[in-house]
Amino acid sequence: MEISREKFKHVGINEEKSQSIVRPSMTYWQDAWRRLKKNKIAMLGLIVIIVMTIMSIIGPMMVPYNHSDNDLSNTDQSPNSEHWFGTDDLGRDLWARVWMGARVSLFIGLMAALLDTLIGILVGGVSGFYGGKIDMLIMRFIDVMIAIPSMIFIILIMVIVGSGVVPIIISFAITGWLSMARLVRGQILQLKEQEFVLAARTLGANSSRLILRHLIPNTLGVIIVSLTMRIPSAIFTEAFLSFIGLGVKPPMSSWGQLASSGAAVLRVFPYRLFIPAFFISITMLSLNLFGDGLRDALDPRLRK
Amino acid sequence: MFRYILKRFFVSLITIWILATLTFFLVRILPGDPFTSEKITPEIKANMMKYYGLDKPLPVQYATYMGNLVKGDMGYSLRYKNREVNNIIADAFPASAELGIRSLAFSVTVGLILGIIAALNHNKGWDYASMVIAVIGVSVPSFVIGALVQYLFGIHWKLLPVAQWKSFAHTIMPTFSLGLGTLALIARLMRTSMLEVVGQDYIKTAKAKGLSPAQVTIKHQIRNAILPVVTVLGPLVAALLTGTFVVEQIFAIPGLGRHYVLSIQNLDYTMVMGLTIFFGAFLVFMNFIVDIAYGLVDPRIRVGK
Repeated sequence: MEISREKFKHVGINEEKSQSIVRPSMTYWQDAWRRLKKNKIAMLGLIVIIVMTIMSIIGPMMVPYNHSDNDLSNTDQSPNSEHWFGTDDLGRDLWARVWMGARVSLFIGLMAALLDTLIGILVGGVSGFYGGKIDMLIMRFIDVMIAIPSMIFIILIMVIVGSGVVPIIISFAITGWLSMARLVRGQILQLKEQEFVLAARTLGANSSRLILRHLIPNTLGVIIVSLTMRIPSAIFTEAFLSFIGLGVKPPMSSWGQLASSGAAVLRVFPYRLFIPAFFISITMLSLNLFGDGLRDALDPRLRK
Repeated sequence: MFRYILKRFFVSLITIWILATLTFFLVRILPGDPFTSEKITPEIKANMMKYYGLDKPLPVQYATYMGNLVKGDMGYSLRYKNREVNNIIADAFPASAELGIRSLAFSVTVGLILGIIAALNHNKGWDYASMVIAVIGVSVPSFVIGALVQYLFGIHWKLLPVAQWKSFAHTIMPTFSLGLGTLALIARLMRTSMLEVVGQDYIKTAKAKGLSPAQVTIKHQIRNAILPVVTVLGPLVAALLTGTFVVEQIFAIPGLGRHYVLSIQNLDYTMVMGLTIFFGAFLVFMNFIVDIAYGLVDPRIRVGK
């Protein structure tokens, strides 16, 4: 076969075509979601978290018992077809208590994390954006406060405000925002020198628009990762406090409170500790794995 | 370097002062007084309040307390008659300190080894095994681990003494339960740090000049990778310390953690304050030491600021 000149033709440059974008353009979030979907372990974590959340909503409704109703004729039952997780020393159904506890623990975890993130963004944003004296003051304040061990601080606050769900969330928020504010400030300091901020400023954007529309959205990835990591630590702290008798008190239930009362009867009914302990651990595990995956997905530079 | 140390020292002192002040005023807002649960007549109560100086105005109480604190006197426990807070701390601290040091030693050695093994076998079986241990260690709270090993080894298989703090066998389970979380953190951190270091130019140089793989790993990789681990030692000590609150409770160890929880429940003002300040000062001091150690091993820190 002969390859001759005639077989080829000159097509030239199609200006329009070479400029057109063939593949669909992906936003940062679509890209992150695509990366996250590929991470099987993180997705497994996400599924477990979703299942736990759903169970915490419908779990207590699946049985005809209330989490706080005593039934003194049916105390200390082992798991059976009537009471799927058995009953405690006052005859309260443990299935209802475990899922009610899930509701409380997850709620505390989420609310505490959201609240301290919000405060952190606000303070860190202001501090990083305006700089100067305000920044100096806020940062010195945080330096000193952060050096106080947070658990001791939380215990002190709990002792004063009293036990219960709302005091726990408040005390977590009071101690938790410090590191978030530092993180956000660092990010804002880095970002505000970049060209797109200068461009926005040149176009006449005012400070609040710069912060809300340009700076915060660009730090959102880091913030969300930190937020997901805070949820398990808040759940852990709640469980810890309830375990030493400072957190949620019966008849209200939380996983830590159930574990605490389970530990008291460990020799006779070991499953009463191990059921809530299992759920605490599996939730913490899933949240940690999901958080790791999310970090890799949102910040590819950090990927190892 | 001297300025750096001085600055850190100053910040530490302010922190302790703020903590002491906060504790003092927060404890005063507490509902009830230390004699609420005792059946005594108002006159006796007034006498008791006077005896302990609780009837004076707050600023006076504050000044007295701070003055005594500077002298190292934390007053008498309101619960245990005629026992000084200092005394109780001196009695209970050794057990807690022993538990803490054992756990720290356990978690640092095993954690570093796990992290190093994982990094050297990156993406192989050993790596995954170590990381599974690390993730479990981070996710499972110490009181769950404690109760689990206590049930299995103490009650079920009767291999180790169930509780108390006497012989070496008694210390195994508490040390393990307290240290596992820290171990996991150290292992993860060491692994990441090792993997980061391995791509550096000085590792290539070391290889190029003909060092054996073992020498490269020990002299260059591990030594440089350990730096970030040093920074987290402060927070880790804090985590261990708070961990003692539950671990001491589970294993009935007569340490400070138990006293702390009990004194909060008993509204023992002076004990709560004394222990809070003691814990706080201890941790601030540890952080100070860690900061200085870090400044010593990593010149970039002290020269930078």
